[in-house]
Amino acid sequence: MSWMETLPAWVAIPVALFLMLGATLTLLGTVGLVQLKSFYDRLHAPTLGTSWGAAGILLASMLLVSWTEGRAVLHELVIGIFLMITTPVTLMFLGRAALHRDRIEGTPGIPGAVERSDIPAPPGDALADPADAPGES
Amino acid sequence: MTRLFPHPLLSLALVAVWLLLNSFSLGHLILGTVVATLAARAFAAVEPERVKLRRPMALVKLFFIVGADIIRSNIAVAVLILTRGRHGLRHSAFVEIPLRLRHPAPLSLLAMIVTATPGTAWVDYDEETGILLLHVFDMVDTADWKTLIRDRYEELLLESFP
Repeated sequence: MSWMETLPAWVAIPVALFLMLGATLTLLGTVGLVQLKSFYDRLHAPTLGTSWGAAGILLASMLLVSWTEGRAVLHELVIGIFLMITTPVTLMFLGRAALHRDRIEGTPGIPGAVERSDIPAPPGDALADPADAPGES
Repeated sequence: MTRLFPHPLLSLALVAVWLLLNSFSLGHLILGTVVATLAARAFAAVEPERVKLRRPMALVKLFFIVGADIIRSNIAVAVLILTRGRHGLRHSAFVEIPLRLRHPAPLSLLAMIVTATPGTAWVDYDEETGILLLHVFDMVDTADWKTLIRDRYEELLLESFP
């Protein structure tokens, strides 16, 4: 890595700062994932990694590669955009699956389903089979 | 013209991505344009409903507001994890927020904003009643979150999408 030594300080310092910022936030996100107690709390921790955790590392990479290549390298922007677009999908899947399970099991502290005209209100006991509810799809 | 290029904005964005991933050259510009045009036509075949953007400036404003909020909430959540939730004083809760947005495009934008901001998670949205179920990591006041979502984000989204 001989070109590393030729890197001027004004490039190296922001690259290092962004990299440390991103790595620290991502690490904190994973610590939170282990430390937190409930499933819904755990949903929040990894978003540190997908927001500024990823942004920090991507910015550092953009700066470093742009300097060494001698032109603006912006591939990382595409990674960032794809992360932004795709994380809500998995997060929503996980959240809704957990909510569905908790509602069926009758876990306390979970808001009930919104009453709708096309789905009859559940009889009130936790034994109701969700597959019997019409209009689910 | 519309038949040949059904989604000009989407095509332009795809050409930009193509040129970002490859280096800029005339050959890549032509190839990228062909790919983008074909992709836009395929997209038009799946989703015929067009998205009308009324005020793009409102979206730019929203972009900067959300950017600042993401930085702020990153710090907030990181501090909460480091201090183990203010040493056990933090509590999370669900909030039900009645939304005025109905169109899928601004709703998906709102979903991205809520998800990208640490501390809030989009859990459920009821299409008929328009009620969004949000999970908030550090709940202080329910009314605060309602005004945050409704006045800060939804207002600008309503402005930009008719």
